[in-house]
Amino acid sequence: MTNQNGRFGIHGGQYIPETLMNAVIELEEAYNHYKNDPDFNRELSELFNEYAGRPSRLYYAEKMTKDLGGAKIYLKREDLNHTGAHKVNNVLGQALLAKKMGKTRLIAETGAGQHGVATATAAALFGMECVVFMGEEDTKRQALNVYRMRLLGAEVIPVKSGTATLKDAVSEAMREWTSRIADTHYCLGSVMGPHPFPTIVRDFQAVISKEIKEQIMVKEGRLPDAVIACVGGGSNAIGSFYNFIEDKDVQLIGCEAAGRGIDTFETAATVNTGSIGIFHGMKSYFCQDKYGQIAPVYSISAGLDYPGVGPEHAYLYDIGRAQYVPVTDDEAVDAFEYLAKTEGIIPAIESAHAVAYAKKLAPTMSKDKIIVITISGRGDKDCAAIARYRGEDINE
Amino acid sequence: MSNIAKAFENGKAFIPFITCGDPDLETTKKCIIEMVKNGADLVELGIPFSDPTAEGPVIQGANIRALSGGVTTDSIFEFVRDLRESVKIPLVFMTYANVVFSYGAEKFMSNCKELGIDGIILPDIPYEEKEEFQSVCDSYGVDLVSMIAPTSENRIAMIAKEAKGFIYVVSSLGVTGTRTNINTDLESIVKAIRANTDVPCAIGFGISKPEQAAAMSKIADGAIVGSAIIKILEKYGKEAAPYIGEYTKSMKDAMK
Repeated sequence: MTNQNGRFGIHGGQYIPETLMNAVIELEEAYNHYKNDPDFNRELSELFNEYAGRPSRLYYAEKMTKDLGGAKIYLKREDLNHTGAHKVNNVLGQALLAKKMGKTRLIAETGAGQHGVATATAAALFGMECVVFMGEEDTKRQALNVYRMRLLGAEVIPVKSGTATLKDAVSEAMREWTSRIADTHYCLGSVMGPHPFPTIVRDFQAVISKEIKEQIMVKEGRLPDAVIACVGGGSNAIGSFYNFIEDKDVQLIGCEAAGRGIDTFETAATVNTGSIGIFHGMKSYFCQDKYGQIAPVYSISAGLDYPGVGPEHAYLYDIGRAQYVPVTDDEAVDAFEYLAKTEGIIPAIESAHAVAYAKKLAPTMSKDKIIVITISGRGDKDCAAIARYRGEDINE
Repeated sequence: MSNIAKAFENGKAFIPFITCGDPDLETTKKCIIEMVKNGADLVELGIPFSDPTAEGPVIQGANIRALSGGVTTDSIFEFVRDLRESVKIPLVFMTYANVVFSYGAEKFMSNCKELGIDGIILPDIPYEEKEEFQSVCDSYGVDLVSMIAPTSENRIAMIAKEAKGFIYVVSSLGVTGTRTNINTDLESIVKAIRANTDVPCAIGFGISKPEQAAAMSKIADGAIVGSAIIKILEKYGKEAAPYIGEYTKSMKDAMK
């Protein structure tokens, strides 16, 4: 889907300081070499299967299906992976690549903390140094994950600049990478940033749709009618979509965080409310004002609280191959509680955005249709925040 | 020949940077007039951006102060129109790609031409992405300034051959900000550049003291100073102009 300069249609590219250019070129060359290297792939599969617990289950949500009374619902259980989210897929891939490149230090940004935890985990496993940048606001919202990262041996640096959330953590990680390149790999957590990151991260996450395809063929003997995933930067969504892009009958639906609603300023629904711009190394859709100043965004979910979207999603939207729907905080919290009570599965508040849209979509579809929802992560990290949202104060 | 070349005719060029609207445009104007009076050869005018990823904390602060003060790309163009009545030395904008892209590159460069802006520095536009802006810059006679970093190595020749206006040599890894020591082998970088172009080279990032400016002027054609000036603005606010004038003089004198 991507051409030589990392373009997805008009999106993507390499809008970064000259200081980083040789670093991304070196990364691209290393990736192009190792992606077809049998030893690298064998090592990565072994890590996926033996360490991360792949393949993740494709679970038939029978109670939810019956309750909604429409399409048959399957849950792709990325929440069951080691570290509790899909983030580990990308991180194991990039950490292994970094190790092959001779890097000894990983840096990363994190929003909800899941990518930071996954990076800290891989660094511990590979014996690498690890520094994670996290918006100060998010370190408060996700205190448990900060502790987990430190427990795993990572240094967590609270970022105070700007809105002190995910976008500022990305900016700070980029600044850090500019100052220390030789021994450091920037383990970017989503399908965003400059080429080759959107491609590398997508390839490592594509295992999700590869497995869904195999698993649904075994269970149903056919492809699903819709695949639904939440979208912040968009890594679990692109992972869930990728192997279905050529299967035109499979609807691909990304759920954006609408926050308090797309008619308010307190939203993070980039495709629904944003416009084309250039930021964080890529051309894509961004929430911004008419002068190109990046807008402060808001969502209850720290992992979706980002003013941009990965360039491949922007392209899939432009060509009409995928649709991107807004889901509010209220709808996501309802879905969080719904899945817990209906299936005994507590999803991450990010993933709950996908569950919320499925709750609306499934009843409009006939019983012979099939929906797959990617549960990108587990919701333990969110329990205290959701309790607070419901007016209950609990200690973590 | 580009107007920017004039900045390099008066010995080694001293190139100060200022963020427009920090803390307000009136102060920016007073500071620029003092810079010019005290020997600045070219001024870099920063158009603030909400998320300046190539800047250290000092210039990040200037961006925030300017945006909170309410400046916009349009109000900065109006400011330059007024400024151009008294300031004749070459002026270049320094901002981020999104500011130009969102305004419309065509409209942006056409305004630059009309108001006498001679060049533009976009730190998030490397060689690989420059075509998108280069053709528009060319048609309005605005020099798109190329940057060369300590990590550029095998890329120097390619970048230098197509450079226009001047080449911004980044002295060190990392973001903007003052540094006690600059350890990069700048002489080899400048030598590699000169093997490929006659376009003048100015060194920036980390320069704050007169002795650093003196050292840089031995290696290159000019020195760029940003954070040290913003620190003066941070300290004196609306009263900063005379201090910036004094500082400019100390730097330009050291480069003679």
